[in-house]
Amino acid sequence: MAVFQLKINGEIHNVQAESDTPLLWVLRDNLGYVGTKYGCGIGQCGACTVHVDGVATRSCLLLVSQIQGMEITTIEGLSENGDHPVQEAWKEVDVPQCGYCQPGQIMTASAFLENNTNPSDSDIKSAMQGNICRCASYKRIEKAVKVAAKKLS
Amino acid sequence: MKTNNKYNFSRRSFLKTSTLASGGMLIGFNLFNACKPEVEPPIDLSLLNYNDFNAFIKISDDGKVTIFSPNPEIGQGVKTSMPMLIAEELDVAWKDVQVVQGILDTKNYSRQVAGGSQSIRSGWEPLRQTGATTRQMLVNAAATRWNISPSECKTKEGVITNSNGDKLGYGEVVKEAALLEVPEDYKLKDPKDFTIIGKDAINVDMAKIITGKPLYGLDYKVEGMLIASVLRPPAFGQVLESFDDTNVRALPNVKNVVKFGNKIAVLATDTWSAMKGKNALKAVWKQDSQAESTIFHDEKLLELLNGEKFETLRKDGDVKKAFAEADKVLERVFETPFLPHNCLEPMNFFAHVQTDKIELVGPIQTPEWTANRVATLLGRDVNEITLQMTRMGGGFGRRLYGDFALEAAEVSHLAKAPVKVVFSREDDMSAGTYKPAIKYKISASIKDNKVTGYHLKEAAVNGNMYGLIPNFFPAGSIENYQVDVANYQSNITTGAWRAPYTNFLASAEQSFFDELAEVLETDRIKLHIDLLQKAKGSTDERMQYSPERLEAVINKVVEKSNWGKVKEGIYQGFSVYYCHNTHVAEVADIEMENGFPIIKKVTCAVDCGIVVNPTGAKNQVVGGILDGIGHAMYGDLTFVDGIPQSNNFNSFQLIRINQTPEVDVHFIESNEAPTGLGEPTLPPVGGAIVNAIYAATGQRLTNQPYINNLKLEELAG
Repeated sequence: MAVFQLKINGEIHNVQAESDTPLLWVLRDNLGYVGTKYGCGIGQCGACTVHVDGVATRSCLLLVSQIQGMEITTIEGLSENGDHPVQEAWKEVDVPQCGYCQPGQIMTASAFLENNTNPSDSDIKSAMQGNICRCASYKRIEKAVKVAAKKLS
Repeated sequence: MKTNNKYNFSRRSFLKTSTLASGGMLIGFNLFNACKPEVEPPIDLSLLNYNDFNAFIKISDDGKVTIFSPNPEIGQGVKTSMPMLIAEELDVAWKDVQVVQGILDTKNYSRQVAGGSQSIRSGWEPLRQTGATTRQMLVNAAATRWNISPSECKTKEGVITNSNGDKLGYGEVVKEAALLEVPEDYKLKDPKDFTIIGKDAINVDMAKIITGKPLYGLDYKVEGMLIASVLRPPAFGQVLESFDDTNVRALPNVKNVVKFGNKIAVLATDTWSAMKGKNALKAVWKQDSQAESTIFHDEKLLELLNGEKFETLRKDGDVKKAFAEADKVLERVFETPFLPHNCLEPMNFFAHVQTDKIELVGPIQTPEWTANRVATLLGRDVNEITLQMTRMGGGFGRRLYGDFALEAAEVSHLAKAPVKVVFSREDDMSAGTYKPAIKYKISASIKDNKVTGYHLKEAAVNGNMYGLIPNFFPAGSIENYQVDVANYQSNITTGAWRAPYTNFLASAEQSFFDELAEVLETDRIKLHIDLLQKAKGSTDERMQYSPERLEAVINKVVEKSNWGKVKEGIYQGFSVYYCHNTHVAEVADIEMENGFPIIKKVTCAVDCGIVVNPTGAKNQVVGGILDGIGHAMYGDLTFVDGIPQSNNFNSFQLIRINQTPEVDVHFIESNEAPTGLGEPTLPPVGGAIVNAIYAATGQRLTNQPYINNLKLEELAG
């Protein structure tokens, strides 16, 4: 096992892990950032989405050995008080049903809106289509992304 | 039909109060106490303490209210809506209420189950009675202090007032109230005075969900806990012959390997190491019973459907005679495949089996049943078991079964360690308990251009439609009516899947009625309305649905969907269904894009009685419809030699955001007692979409997944 230095939510962590361990499990099991969820392990569901240098990335496909020197942001680090405009929008629209996929949805949406604060309906659908919501709260996700876009612009 | 749930309580025994050592009052009661006469009220209330029972309400000295929500939360929203019922009658401000998930407590709660869309319907009377009784006790305490009659007191948002202008907060009288006799003269509010019920309340766990706080079973952790990844037989019908774990035991972080039954658990200090260890196990399996494939199931079910060996679940009149005398007969076969539940949080459970106690923690829809099964499995007394429910990343019926909790208990017992069993997605999709494959043959006899007989035959894997389903519409509206069922016993495990049986039956029947209307050369809406007239005024005890309420949702959806009046190029499909005590009608709008039918919109009218939490209710209605569309269109799990052919989301298609139509929801205004919403909007939507596809393309789709049934070459012209 090797030691990896990771920068997560602005803090440096030294993590001892096997080099093939996905970032997802390092976050959840080694560091206790359980807001990053496991859904499929093969990059199909988006529940484990984090920001890597600002880009929405599936943490289940990223190995701990590949990310040294990169800035990782998890749902816990998206805002200090849970008040990022996307989180606020999620609250306003009352998006979650079971809620399990929502941190991943929020991480995808927040990275997307960084680069597009005036998205069309089809922009939103194509940006969010990698994230599965098994409860199918999709209509409210669409609405919340629009609300968040307004807050950000 | 029964829409009002009136329970006869011995009120003296359903409420228990206790002053808290830390100040404040706890009030507990038994749901359905009438069914549990053995539960006696404590003789000396002052002897009670918090540990004696699990309560519904806790009021602190500063007036803050904690409400314990008894039922499992799987995303259906009961952790928000059930406490709303208590808070309404307690007459406190919703913003002052904190909600906490109650633990399994069979002495003080009943029906701690998430299933059948029954939580709100069952809780409607008793939860409000709890709130009202508590409010009355607080009022009585204030009245005693003021030396006036309780009838001279009023309450609002947790404050008691009288005509002299005196004021007391609930927290100021809570200790006195806790020592009072439980009153029997409380009054429930008139629905017009509701201030919480009927108003939007956002998900009580919102702040935790959107910031990623630990909430779910997969997030649960205790010191020294090992993660168990379990290798199960790769094919149904196989058993374990031998295995070699030498390499696995040498892997980093792997602490133990435990064989139990036909399974092998690899225990490690972290999830990744456990999963890697499981994948490195070398196991030899042998076929113990038949290796079944989808082709085999199709043949078996068709053989049953076309055979003579049926059990009759309902028989009205003489179907045989009606068909013999018919001018015309319409007969169609409808087919649906196996489906996995695919909760986004894979199955998992924590167990710590110790010599004097057993701790169980995790996502479970049936905590009581599960605790009993663990006790039986390990030969222990159920009173040694505590079970804490976590929030669940979806349920859909899968978490009724508790197999994962039993695995955790057995592995913890064998390994003598606190253990959490964690399924990988592949484990989750391959472990069984699927929605069974089912085929229906529906026939109708027509005489003098009227429907005279209706014969529904079901051939299903492992089990058949049960309970009240044979009495749902169109039962009671057609004179000669018969439901026959047969099943094939498979070694592939099956179970309840969101709206069991009706999730496909409604699609099949509503598709059949669409064609029936065409054969009768009548309007689809008129056919239903005419049939419902025959069911009105029925005194048949088996009657489940209300013809009047079904007619009302039909009229509402016709109006709101602009049925028959939409612009050219929009093709509509209609569907109506009653299940889980709720009446629903839906219309799907389809447009052809590049020669392919695209679902653009679904209009839905729902009668679920009083809508407790409109925002939560709408979430359930829309979610049910989109889930229904996704699985009807794309859902398919096939087998080759007992091996499921999909095991992750690259080989099993779930609906995604870009495939979702607009959904327009209309609730019928009602003062009837509320009914559930977790399931009833899902079953009819399959019918609405296939009927719209027929209108758009002329193709009648009968077999799910419908996408495979669509003849694309014909569409291309």
